[in-house]
Amino acid sequence: MIPVCPLADLPTGESVRIDTAPPIAVFHTDGRLYAIDDTCTHQDASLSDGWLEGCLVECPLHAAAFDLRTGAATCLPARRAVRTHPVTVQDGMIYVHHAAEEGTAA
Amino acid sequence: MKSVAVIGASLAGLYAARALRSQGFEGRLVIVGDECHRPYDRPPLSKGFLTGATTDQGQLALADAEEIAELDAEWLLGTRATGLDTGGRTVLLDGGRSLTTDGVVLATGATPRRLPGPMPAGAHTLRTLDDAQALRADLSSPPVRVVVIGGGFIGAEVASSCAALGHDVTVVEAAPLPLVPQLGHAMAEICSALHADHGVTLLTETGVARLHSGGAGNRVTGVELSDGRVLPAEVVVTGIGVRPNTDWLADSPLPLDDGVLCDAGCVTPLPAVVAVGDVARVNGVRAEHWTSATEQAAVAARNLLAGSTVATHHGLPYFWSDQYGVRLQFAGRRLPTDTPRILEGSPDDRSFLACYERDGHTSAILALNRPRPFMRLRRELATQAFAA
Ligand SMILES: Cc1cc2nc3c(=O)[nH]c(=O)nc-3n(C[C@H](O)[C@H](O)[C@H](O)COP(=O)(O)OP(=O)(O)OC[C@H]3O[C@@H](n4cnc5c(N)ncnc54)[C@H](O)[C@@H]3O)c2cc1C
Ligand code: FES
Repeated sequence: MIPVCPLADLPTGESVRIDTAPPIAVFHTDGRLYAIDDTCTHQDASLSDGWLEGCLVECPLHAAAFDLRTGAATCLPARRAVRTHPVTVQDGMIYVHHAAEEGTAA
Repeated sequence: MKSVAVIGASLAGLYAARALRSQGFEGRLVIVGDECHRPYDRPPLSKGFLTGATTDQGQLALADAEEIAELDAEWLLGTRATGLDTGGRTVLLDGGRSLTTDGVVLATGATPRRLPGPMPAGAHTLRTLDDAQALRADLSSPPVRVVVIGGGFIGAEVASSCAALGHDVTVVEAAPLPLVPQLGHAMAEICSALHADHGVTLLTETGVARLHSGGAGNRVTGVELSDGRVLPAEVVVTGIGVRPNTDWLADSPLPLDDGVLCDAGCVTPLPAVVAVGDVARVNGVRAEHWTSATEQAAVAARNLLAGSTVATHHGLPYFWSDQYGVRLQFAGRRLPTDTPRILEGSPDDRSFLACYERDGHTSAILALNRPRPFMRLRRELATQAFAA
């Protein structure tokens, strides 16, 4: 379980990157929290810098889009999905459960 | 429309083929390309591919096997188009073959300009995967002296990659400052300073007279500047701009002038022929950027299938460049008289967001290592441009 930041520090529409290996991006959108691998599967942009719209994040470099719920790439130039990671909130603190670390399939 | 030929099997050609299929074209699709490779991405060639970060050719591929299969196209790779008949529907191919279809997409891109005179071993231009492989092989040796001729984006990226590999790099630029046409003086000055930050020498206001070569393999030994100085070099890379690949269309009825002239919908005066990417001069402008090539392809496909211009390309121009660990992004239409203003960050940190102002409006934006605010502003600018 990786602590991210207090929920109060991540208002709706915001995102934060955590420096795990590989890095993970956490998004707060539509009242829900999502965590995905931060690096775009197309080249090497950071998705936490992307544009958030509903459950989609658009990559800041060449505009590939990913569905935060599934990690699926919904538009070119990305073709591969990013991994998703479970997120929980405990005592006002956001935690990410690293998919690889916990052995859960993303 | 029962059949379409796409000439040029790279970024714009592949995106046009995809767009035709996704817009419902079910007919015969032939893709002709003079390179022997399936479509691959060029931007990494001057960046990660040279430094070794992108080693696998699969990472460069623009389409995977599954998608190639779905596209259901006939691929004529290693085949060069040599002419287009007066009706614009028959494409002549090398080897005496020809191809007649109902529609043609011209996507033949551009070729690097060369210095006059022969290119000895060790002297390179960089456009294709083969070019990049040859250059990478020459850079795999112990540190050598590299001279990059031309300080534009490709030149700067190559210089950065060579410096990262530990080579001794000099960039020669004819203008008093590189990148001024793209970024204006103030911002060009900031970006050009990246060379010095990383120990790369930038020589400006110097033309190149010729290359020196000799020895057993007749390899390049130096670059003679127009003032007579000779810079010793084991590797030379020329990045002095490109020329659109229109020579093969010289005898066709299409109007050519620094590209294939077409309307805002990428349609040429022959409604069955559209042009996309670096070879196309769309509504008077020829873009040489990745994003415009992909965006134009969708518009061109639509108009080709419709048989006339029913959609136009109004995308906000956008490009990026990666050099010396800095990601540079630019969007908009800048005029030389526009005034740049730093909105956040600082040039000293090589991390900032700037806008170019004209009559109280923002005409363009530039960011160094500021992807998030850049993206927000880019979207705003795109919406305004569309509304205007
Ligand atoms: C090294 C490098 C780095 C780049 N970096 C960036 C970047 O960071 N950001 C950015 O925005 N843009 C960048 N670009 C630009 C971008 O790659 C181009 O804008 C893009 O490739 C244009 O696509 P295209 O399909 O129009 O042309 P091309 O990619 O040039 O493809 C044209 C194809 O047609 C083939 N062809 C030519 N003539 C014929 C013929 N007669 N018959 C058959 N086939 C033919 C060519 O061999 C080629 O395969 C870079 C380009 C290069 C070379
Ligand atoms: S790096 Fe994300 S779309 Fe290219």
